[in-house]
Amino acid sequence: MIDWIQIISNAVQELISPTTAAYALAALGLAIHFGFTGLLNFGQAGFMMLGAYGFAIATLTFGWPVWAAVLFGVVASIVFAFVLGLPTLRLRADYLAIVTIAAAEIVRLLFTTNVFEPVTGSANGLQGYKDGFEDLNPLPEGTYGIGPFVYNEYDWWVRIVGWGVVALAALITWQLFKSPWGRVIKGIREDEDAVRALGKNVYFYKMQSLILGGVFGSLAGMIFILPRSVVPANYQPTLTFFIYAILLLGGAATVFGPIVGSMIFWVLLSFFSGLIARAVSEGFLPFLTTVQAGQLRFIFVGVAIMLIVIYRPQGILGNKKEMAFVK
Amino acid sequence: MAVLFAIVVAALTLSVASPAAADEVGLDEYDFRISGLVELDGEVLEDVRLVIDGGGFSVEVETGDDGRWAVGVPERGDYSVTLDENTLPEGIAVVKTTQEDDDTPNSRDVNIGQSGSTVLNFFIGEGERNTSNLGEQIVDRFFNGINFGLLLALAAIGLSLVFGTTGLSNFAHAELITFGALMAFTFGVILEFPLPLALFIALALSAGFGWLNDAGLWKPLRQRGVGLIPMMIVSIGLSLTLRYVFQFFYGAQTQQLPSATDTTFGIGVLGLSWIDVASMAISVVVLLAVAYFLLRTRIGKATRAVSDNPALAAASGIDVDRVIRIVWVLAGLLAGMSGIIWGYFRPGVGWDMGFQLLLLTFAAVVLGGLGTAFGALVGAIIVGLFVEMSTLIIPSDTKYVGALVILILVLLVRPQGILGRKERIG
Repeated sequence: MIDWIQIISNAVQELISPTTAAYALAALGLAIHFGFTGLLNFGQAGFMMLGAYGFAIATLTFGWPVWAAVLFGVVASIVFAFVLGLPTLRLRADYLAIVTIAAAEIVRLLFTTNVFEPVTGSANGLQGYKDGFEDLNPLPEGTYGIGPFVYNEYDWWVRIVGWGVVALAALITWQLFKSPWGRVIKGIREDEDAVRALGKNVYFYKMQSLILGGVFGSLAGMIFILPRSVVPANYQPTLTFFIYAILLLGGAATVFGPIVGSMIFWVLLSFFSGLIARAVSEGFLPFLTTVQAGQLRFIFVGVAIMLIVIYRPQGILGNKKEMAFVK
Repeated sequence: MAVLFAIVVAALTLSVASPAAADEVGLDEYDFRISGLVELDGEVLEDVRLVIDGGGFSVEVETGDDGRWAVGVPERGDYSVTLDENTLPEGIAVVKTTQEDDDTPNSRDVNIGQSGSTVLNFFIGEGERNTSNLGEQIVDRFFNGINFGLLLALAAIGLSLVFGTTGLSNFAHAELITFGALMAFTFGVILEFPLPLALFIALALSAGFGWLNDAGLWKPLRQRGVGLIPMMIVSIGLSLTLRYVFQFFYGAQTQQLPSATDTTFGIGVLGLSWIDVASMAISVVVLLAVAYFLLRTRIGKATRAVSDNPALAAASGIDVDRVIRIVWVLAGLLAGMSGIIWGYFRPGVGWDMGFQLLLLTFAAVVLGGLGTAFGALVGAIIVGLFVEMSTLIIPSDTKYVGALVILILVLLVRPQGILGRKERIG
């Protein structure tokens, strides 16, 4: 028998899971880059990695408190955005795409190599950086929750902080894009030359956008590692592609699209993975092994990216008029 | 030469409960393990460096104070384990284990089979070290680099031609590379066709796959008027889909093409194998043929015309869609060929082998100038040489970093690439 209750409950739990929050925040950063400014950043995994490693290394190696460690990760991503932006923001979009994906890979390879093993833990990554964060937890020990959402105090603390940051970031983004600054940014996406003709320094605005989205990415990286450990293999280019899938699903030029997209993406992915895995173990799909069933999710995501871009490029919440890239 | 066979071991005392002091890398992360013990006359040797390489994966480990080492590796398959003799005590070296003429006893191949773990120990004794001098290393790396650069060029030219004629930065180009190698594996190993026939079929199918890419996806998208950036994102979706379709059918392990585990033969001081020589010869001949095609034939000239200015080319009577179709077939063929050669160069065939090359291919294309065929060739040779030569100075697990840094630096000073023209960068 397929245990529907279990599968659905697992899927519903993804709605508020910290991983969903991390992907939503990373996708929101990407929305600022790609949706609002028109910058093709394919290195969001690199920003997330710098946030995650910045936080973990500052805690473990330097012994800094939580706030300083967070700041360190954020500053690392700002520096990274500068280094990326300087050579490429003047060039055509696809150059930025190639450079960002290459830069993210450089970061990943540098964190994976054995040369810096004492600091980065090379391929094993890092653990044991959560103590400071746990100490900040105001919730008393115990298990709380209703329905499928029953967690212990640490899991709730991670969820509250994760979604709190997402909400704050969404609020900031929403306010920013109502402001004159946001209108200039959207103008750059629509017609860079027109904005330049108005006397705006396009390069400067693009850089600000790259930094802001990158900071969101690095905060997302920190949320991402709270329920797990830091492992460099998690930050392959595939991570960025998943975030693109979420962004395109929700709507690239929207504030809530990335959040809704992340929730839908993870709930559906969990539901189908659970369903197929269970069906395979029950022998309903004799031509599949359990390993193959696990790979189907990646095939789904790939096909979904293609179908969304071809048939509904504005996403679920988007407005077709807002999409410069639909033209 | 008095050789003291010092090791003998204990495949036996296998490391089920290996002491915590042993240096272990990646055991938690990966399911499969290679381990061993380095000792001389019963005395363990500390801090001996070993490099484990295989299937595009590379890891270094040093023996702990009990002389043991263990690494986790991502998949079953063949790995080569190299013991760095410079880290052995003075006067000690790895000695030959067989009577055969083995020039590099400090480097041995292991295979991880069903058990998921394997033990490898080196025979260590007093003897001459197997350290080639710097000059030899440079020559060796140089030829490796040329070989790698040539196979990269085969992939890069296709990518560059597709970009030139359609404007698409095709992130799914990597899967064309993988496809060729997997087809060679399917016909050469699974179906056991004779090698030349298997390779011929693999190349024909690769060309067909290139055709299918255009006919099945990209031409309809062009006709819908889908923009270049959406198309680029579609290519990312396609890349993800194809990669995991490959993994779905072929599994995650690395497998070998026929006679990939070669017999080395020497040209002077070079440790080149037959396969290396054959790959280089084939690459050069094919690249010359492509150059002839582009410069001398009507279709080739039409291709360059479309690359230059599609609207003008169409206006002067060139069938642009037909040219693009031919470019796709050519790109599929060249990428498939580079995949087969890459399968012998690594060595090994696996589901994501092309993806490991993708960024280097892009680096080659950007370095040479996006959209220029000959630029891609020059860029690929430079990237290939740079990747291999840089390992003389930097650790081998960071060798791709150098090439990618160069890519970014080139964009900083000369964004149009070596042979590119300025107007293309817009």
